[in-house]
Amino acid sequence: MAHSAPVISSNTGVAAKLGKAIGAALLDTVEAYGEISFTVERSKLATVLEKLRDKHEYQQLMEIAGVDYPDRPERFEVCYHLLSLTKNHRIRVKVSTDEDNAVPSVTHIWEVAGWLEREVFDMYGVLFDGNTDLRRILTDYGFQGHPFRKDFPLTGYVEMRYSEEAKRVVYEPVKLAQDFRSFDFMSPWEGADYILPGDEKVGGETPPPTPKTTDDKKDTGAGDKANEEAAKPSKRKEAAAKKPAPKRTKSGTQKKGEGK
Amino acid sequence: MADYLDEMDHLADDTDPTVGDLEIQNFTINFGPQHPAAHGVLRMVMELDGEVVERVDPHIGLLHRGTEKLIEHKTYLQALPYFDRLDYCSPLAMEHSYVLAIEKLLDLEVPLRGQYLRVLFAELTRICNHMLNIGAHVMDVGAMTPNIWVFEIREQCLEFFERASGARMHSAWFRPGGVHQDVPLKLLTDMADWLDEFPSFFEDAMSLVVDNRIFKQRNVDIATVSQDDAIRWGFSGPVLRGSGVAWDLRKSQPYDVYDRMDFEVPVGTRGDCYDRFMVRVEEVRQSARIMRQCLNEMPDGPVASTDRKIVPPKRAEMKQSMEALIHHFKLYTEGFHVPAGEVYVATESPKGEFGVYLVSDGTNKPYRCKIRPTAFSHLQAMDFMCKGHMLPDATAILGAIDVVFGECDR
Repeated sequence: MAHSAPVISSNTGVAAKLGKAIGAALLDTVEAYGEISFTVERSKLATVLEKLRDKHEYQQLMEIAGVDYPDRPERFEVCYHLLSLTKNHRIRVKVSTDEDNAVPSVTHIWEVAGWLEREVFDMYGVLFDGNTDLRRILTDYGFQGHPFRKDFPLTGYVEMRYSEEAKRVVYEPVKLAQDFRSFDFMSPWEGADYILPGDEKVGGETPPPTPKTTDDKKDTGAGDKANEEAAKPSKRKEAAAKKPAPKRTKSGTQKKGEGK
Repeated sequence: MADYLDEMDHLADDTDPTVGDLEIQNFTINFGPQHPAAHGVLRMVMELDGEVVERVDPHIGLLHRGTEKLIEHKTYLQALPYFDRLDYCSPLAMEHSYVLAIEKLLDLEVPLRGQYLRVLFAELTRICNHMLNIGAHVMDVGAMTPNIWVFEIREQCLEFFERASGARMHSAWFRPGGVHQDVPLKLLTDMADWLDEFPSFFEDAMSLVVDNRIFKQRNVDIATVSQDDAIRWGFSGPVLRGSGVAWDLRKSQPYDVYDRMDFEVPVGTRGDCYDRFMVRVEEVRQSARIMRQCLNEMPDGPVASTDRKIVPPKRAEMKQSMEALIHHFKLYTEGFHVPAGEVYVATESPKGEFGVYLVSDGTNKPYRCKIRPTAFSHLQAMDFMCKGHMLPDATAILGAIDVVFGECDR
């Protein structure tokens, strides 16, 4: 093992053993980077977690993390990170859900889940069935929307300032002097999903125009006729000659400068 | 006067001293959001029965800056300085979890000197953090002098950070693959000298409080938390150890070179505020011990991985080599790509388990970076810990769980 990240007990056989314990509720097991994740059925979540705590020594719930995948039919994923103090092992249990379907709350199994669920609700709008105190937690009083969803803009919708006229804090639509600049530094040859400038011409109906060739003298456009044209005085020069030289009048800025 | 007493006499009787239609109800007060003992911007709505706390409802999020969302819009390297600004009392400990998470996804090896330097500075961070917390805790319960003394030590720690990274607090010194720059030898020798002299100064300051009668009256048997409760409430770090659970991620799930270090994990016996305080005091001594071992054993060599696809080359090299210049340019614009996958990496920050759940989709920016703050679960238990205690005990309880709102609110 090359990296120096925290070392936990061996994963050997754990995935199979716990997978068997979870039983029919288990949808998927992934073992990658030395970590085991189980995806379970949403409705069975509470029973699965209770079983993992009571029968398999995963005593602590360290974290509930929401993740938003807008492309999936059930866009939100809620990840429960469990820690076993006695077996010195960590696992992850995931369920997926959407805006309408509530995830069963685990506040009756771990008190710590109360705020963690509130945070996921606040940030993603995931509902938790059985959490008696599902208020917003991190965002402002009266905040609207769920800021960590991928379709919520980074800059948000409202900004707040103290108004001297109203003598209170006022909310206004966000106004930025400069837009948030997101540069695309991805190498185009490593698969950019947009069309590179110039590439739109390739593959179109019209064939690329044949380059101009100058096999004959007439193709170049040079010759006596062209020389005559070039010898004529240009219209712009004539016009400039007729016009008297512009008077340098005192402009507004100069006046200001003199005044100082 | 006699008329008045007669009038009052039939309103009250001996069994029910309540006067007439006067109804006594609980008093609700706002603790914070700007309160010197709130350790930042914490608003607690407290329901008091006289001076006894009946219910506490902490309102957090006043310092919420959307760090996790911002990180999704930055490359892996650009996101690093956000971690300094989480727990601004122990910035390097925050970076530690993040860089380890990236290294785990990349399976990147860090040279031994880099690992030693990280452990050395992580422990210096721990001392630095505990100096602040110990000082603030004793000041919350009324003692002034020790705070001023230990702040002197904290200032010396910050000088070391400045000499290593150029910044006193927001170092951004741990990088994926190692540390940003090597430290001068003089810094290490100065640190060794400091490790010889600061403990006596620290013990002097602690001798003022640890056996002090007033300090004990304010802390012993305040907010006693049993082992089972501490586990169910998701406690970690000194608060969990104060309740008698010998659990330290540096010991049980060692990262970097902690498996080579010889140190002890202090635990409390009663699980009260005094135990949590004393666990931190002992951790300072153990951290000094780890730092001495690091200084003794630290080998020479590179401080960061030499994989040029992840770690940028030195500036001097860049002036000479075309390839180094290209690497430098690409790494500071596009950044490196991290293979798709997800990891949860938790380290023992001075305040407890600080975890980073990093989801990568194979591009140069994290798809999701969930930060597991330590103060979140501790603060949630405020209601449970304060119930039945007096109002002034709330400051002692808050001081003993060591909250910093940069981290709690993210």
